Amino acid sequence: MADTMQFDLVSPERRLASLQVTSVQIPGADGDMTAMEGHAPTITTLRPGVLSVDGPEGTSDYVVTGGFAEITAKGVSVLAERAVPKGDMTQAHLDEMMEEARTMYSNAKEAFENEPGPVDDAAKLLSDMVAMGDHMGLTAKQ
Amino acid sequence: MANLKDLKNRISSVKSTRKITKAMQMVAAAKLRRAQEAAEASRPYAERFNAVMSGLAASVGGSDSAPKLLSGTGSDQVQLLIVMTSERGLCGGFNTNIVKKARAFAQEKLAAGKTVKILTVGKKGRDQLKRDFADHLVGHVDLTEVKRLGYADAQGIAKDVLTRFDGGEFDVATLFYANFVNVVSQIPQAQQIIPAKFEDAGADDGAATLFDYEPSEEAILADLLPRGVATAIFSGLLENAASEQGARMSAMDNATRNAGDMIESLTIEYNRSRQAVITNELIEIISGAEAL
Repeated sequence: MADTMQFDLVSPERRLASLQVTSVQIPGADGDMTAMEGHAPTITTLRPGVLSVDGPEGTSDYVVTGGFAEITAKGVSVLAERAVPKGDMTQAHLDEMMEEARTMYSNAKEAFENEPGPVDDAAKLLSDMVAMGDHMGLTAKQ
Repeated sequence: MANLKDLKNRISSVKSTRKITKAMQMVAAAKLRRAQEAAEASRPYAERFNAVMSGLAASVGGSDSAPKLLSGTGSDQVQLLIVMTSERGLCGGFNTNIVKKARAFAQEKLAAGKTVKILTVGKKGRDQLKRDFADHLVGHVDLTEVKRLGYADAQGIAKDVLTRFDGGEFDVATLFYANFVNVVSQIPQAQQIIPAKFEDAGADDGAATLFDYEPSEEAILADLLPRGVATAIFSGLLENAASEQGARMSAMDNATRNAGDMIESLTIEYNRSRQAVITNELIEIISGAEAL
């Protein structure tokens, strides 16, 4: 097929996917975007969310947190600090991630009392996690 | 001449030593394979990461607004050495080589009038550095309980380092670990991680393409630099793990071979003295019979 491109998903520990795809939906920091073949070269950071890949062999979804995506003429590479196939994602995983985000939020609140920037960032991370949980039908414990 | 019984005991003790070193060698070989796989699996991430970062760093690096993790604090007065070694011994010169490199580096900096601080990862390096640099040790990360190195371990160390950096505790951080070349050679490395240095990926496509950045270049850089520290530490840890097992494997191989040599020479000595005892007894019997 002519309209496919190379897609790589790597985490620090291993390479999760490397295949030909038609489109990739990326949870970018400024909003979701879908990359298809011929997309303008872009680098974007990721927010916690679901990365969904459409290919000739069907669709696969991954839960990713932290990292970035690089879209080039050759294809898309996503470097995520943590990436889990959506099917393997469990409540326990989400709880762990929520816990981390929450600690970060409270740490940020303590450390930067008078600077809204980092606190807002941490709050956004937390709400992103909750949204991601809702999206997947898991409830984020408050 | 040594007592026959003593020799026999000696031989059996060396034999059991050989069994142990042989077993350790095989365990190290199995662990090495796993460690090598882990190191290889982490490579694509580190490579892509560095390629993107060097592109970004090149475009933002010159400006005044560049983050401190990239441009540095403007001074190199306080040096932090992160020395990564193993938790266990019996791995040949592995730990000593890393410590030697770190020690030379520290002495050079001290001679130049800088302040040296040392953060150790792994018990063995700490023990060795305590002798000369007890006053300079500022922290220690214990990985004894860690069965399988994960990215989370590296993140923990990176967080510690970054907190110190934000607190203004040091200006330059250098990472010490051994690079795994093959089973018989592990080369100690010193790698500067703060301020970040990226090897130029050459005339790769990354440098030539003009990227759109979302959000902005600065924001991405600020987000990624701390992750870069964790990535560098993670690949250092993995290289180190593979090196440690490689070093242990060859050290144990040598020990096994030495034990074999020793058993051989002891057995010859044992047989010789046994023969001497028999000869002696015969002489006694014969001379007794002749005297009659």
